[in-house]
Amino acid sequence: MHKDPQPLSLHVPEPGCRPGDAPDFSDFIIPKAGEARKPALDASAQSMRDMAFSIVRVLNKDGKAVGPWVENLSVDQLKSGLRHMMLLRAFDARMLIAQRQGKTSFYMQSLGEEAVSCAFRMTLKDGDMNFPTYRQSGLLIAGGYPMQMMMNQIYSNAEDPLKGRQMPILYSAKDYGYFSISGNLGTQYIQAVGWAMGSAIAGDTKIAAAWIGDGSTSASDFHASMVFASAYHAPVVLNVVNNQWAISTFQGMARGEVATFAARGHGFGIPSLRVDGNDYLAVHAVAKWAADRARAGLGPTLIEHVTYRAGGHSTSDDPSSYRAKGEGHAWPLGDPIERLKTHLIMLGAWSEERQTQAETEIMDEVREAQKAAEAIGTLTSGKSSSSRDIFEEVYAVMPPHLVKQRKEAGY
Amino acid sequence: MRMTIIEAIQNAHDLAMARDDKVVVFGEDVGFFGGVFRCTAGLQEKYGPSRCFDTPISELGIVGSAIGMAAYGLKPVVEIQFADYVYPAYDQIVSEAARLRHRSGGDFTCPLVIRMPSGGGIYGGQTHSQSPESLFTHVAGLKTVMPSNPRDAKGLLLAAIEDPDPVIFLEPKRLYNGPFDGHHDRPIVPWKKHDLGDVAKNYYTTPLGKAEIVRAGSKVTILTYGTMVHVAQAGANEAGIDAEIIDLRTLIPLDTETIEASVKKTGRCVIVHEATKTCGFGAELSALVQSSCFFYLEAPVTRVTGWDTPYPHAQEWDYFPGPARVAQNLKKVMEV
Ligand SMILES: Cc1ncc(C[n+]2csc(CCOP(=O)(O)OP(=O)(O)O)c2C)c(N)n1
Ligand SMILES: [Mg+2]
Repeated sequence: MHKDPQPLSLHVPEPGCRPGDAPDFSDFIIPKAGEARKPALDASAQSMRDMAFSIVRVLNKDGKAVGPWVENLSVDQLKSGLRHMMLLRAFDARMLIAQRQGKTSFYMQSLGEEAVSCAFRMTLKDGDMNFPTYRQSGLLIAGGYPMQMMMNQIYSNAEDPLKGRQMPILYSAKDYGYFSISGNLGTQYIQAVGWAMGSAIAGDTKIAAAWIGDGSTSASDFHASMVFASAYHAPVVLNVVNNQWAISTFQGMARGEVATFAARGHGFGIPSLRVDGNDYLAVHAVAKWAADRARAGLGPTLIEHVTYRAGGHSTSDDPSSYRAKGEGHAWPLGDPIERLKTHLIMLGAWSEERQTQAETEIMDEVREAQKAAEAIGTLTSGKSSSSRDIFEEVYAVMPPHLVKQRKEAGY
Repeated sequence: MRMTIIEAIQNAHDLAMARDDKVVVFGEDVGFFGGVFRCTAGLQEKYGPSRCFDTPISELGIVGSAIGMAAYGLKPVVEIQFADYVYPAYDQIVSEAARLRHRSGGDFTCPLVIRMPSGGGIYGGQTHSQSPESLFTHVAGLKTVMPSNPRDAKGLLLAAIEDPDPVIFLEPKRLYNGPFDGHHDRPIVPWKKHDLGDVAKNYYTTPLGKAEIVRAGSKVTILTYGTMVHVAQAGANEAGIDAEIIDLRTLIPLDTETIEASVKKTGRCVIVHEATKTCGFGAELSALVQSSCFFYLEAPVTRVTGWDTPYPHAQEWDYFPGPARVAQNLKKVMEV
């Protein structure tokens, strides 16, 4: 039977709630902790397809570690995990204030996402390389990079290792396995794959970790990365940090509302799974599994860390104009610090009093570093980076036209 | 009506969308939020999500899909969040948008506007400060526009939307809220209190390819555009030199007539732009002036530009070619 053609219309994804609506995560399906199986290290992507639609969770409601992904980390390891996350949170809090006080131009925090970078870092070895975004400062904190150095960079002061050239938090720390951050989204992802291929070409044992946000997976760089990683079985862990938002755009835009970010790996035959990004133990276990796969020559793994951006996108952003009020509180996976703390208390290794005491000590530690950094200078006071450095290191050897321009500039 | 550049651009979108339902507007954070600089505020609410919408973070996707829509018959006006992020779309712009009319013998065309905030002065470092105009002016088939005030921003954007070819529309973000003249330590007069903030409410276009003499003078011609129009004025005032200042407004097609007439009159030419010097648009202007005004020139054509380095974060004001550098070069040119 002949039917008249129907007029088409454009589908435009929109989140379930916006300002004025009650926050609602009821269609967000959260499997019980301990439910997800743990595949063999050499499992094929096909055999673990379901894991791209589920979520690996270890810590249950009561703070107990359950299921096949439990690794039995020592109490010391757990305590240092808690400490790293608390350091990162305190660091962020102080630097946000410093930005408001005009000591620097800009800041971006990791609030609510601390477990992702802090836990992941503990599964890497010396010499491995992260290709991070601006929201994985925990890789530095947990990796033992001096906080004062981070602040020197944020303040662009005379001791800034990047010599005032880069915006705050676009750190670079090769010795700590932290690749220079670009600012152009997505570019680092394929570079991580290339670094890992380099390690394989050289017969080395090092692996790489690639990092990208949910929104940035839309960039072609992400797709090129998966083609290369799967073609060459690159020893790389491909991380997607799904914190639900990309500035004002909800994560459904980047994944087309139907698939998951992890499921993106299936078309490339890459073993892919999702993990509760607010569960330190789950992130650690999944990261370890993926890193072990890479080290064993089994190729790439795609991990979607399911978490929530509890703060604004940056200091230039006010999320209340596009997010429902109270959405952060309604977020069903809780707070990573609270959850690890509860676990430690449940083990009898920690208490609320010790938590309060640790908070004070950690804040003091951050303040100490801040004092030392500010004694050198901030963006607006003290000893700043030199304008001579504008011209240095553009090339290994300064060409004549730059020598001339530097002179003209008076340096 | 007094408007900022942001409001003038928003208003231009609004009028274009009201007049022609083929006009569609999209980009990252452009829909519900109205753009990170608010240049598309309220448009989604007014015209619905199929005419103003958010996109995934893919500049290639934004421009490539816009080319497809233009080929279909719509008039896409897209936003790249910062000019510094346009590079993933460069292939689509250079190899596709720019050449579609020519290579298809007019079978397909590409009426498309690609807007992007450019320039520095906001402590944005190397990824929020670039002035990539010459990467577009070097490509046959593209038009490149940069306004310096709210009145022109509106008129030029409406002309760009009417234009049958792809137009790169660069918005000097440091001017969004007021005529910044390079004195970063002084408050700026907001557009709302500035005569150039006077923007007619109705639909009007400012023709592409027409420069404006913003200040008549007799001793030296300053060729400039965007933020530097205001910096050049401050520089000329501080040097106390009777300079004629030309705001090019459109780089391609270039108003060679106005340029040549002025340089022939003054006999001197200083070019001021924020972009890096080597192979910047100033090189083209300089070549043009020396070949068409050679026998009128009393001094070498001089360029005042950003240094040939990445744009720095902390040392921003030693990089930015501010009024002092302009004044110094004007004096030097006058001494010849
Ligand atoms: C190529 C490019 N396009 C646009 C931007 C502007 N921008 C900066 S952050 C951001 C959102 C990123 O969201 P997501 O990838 O989810 O990371 P998150 O900020 O949530 O960690 C955008 C659009 C950019 N930096 N680079
Ligand atoms: Mg995100």
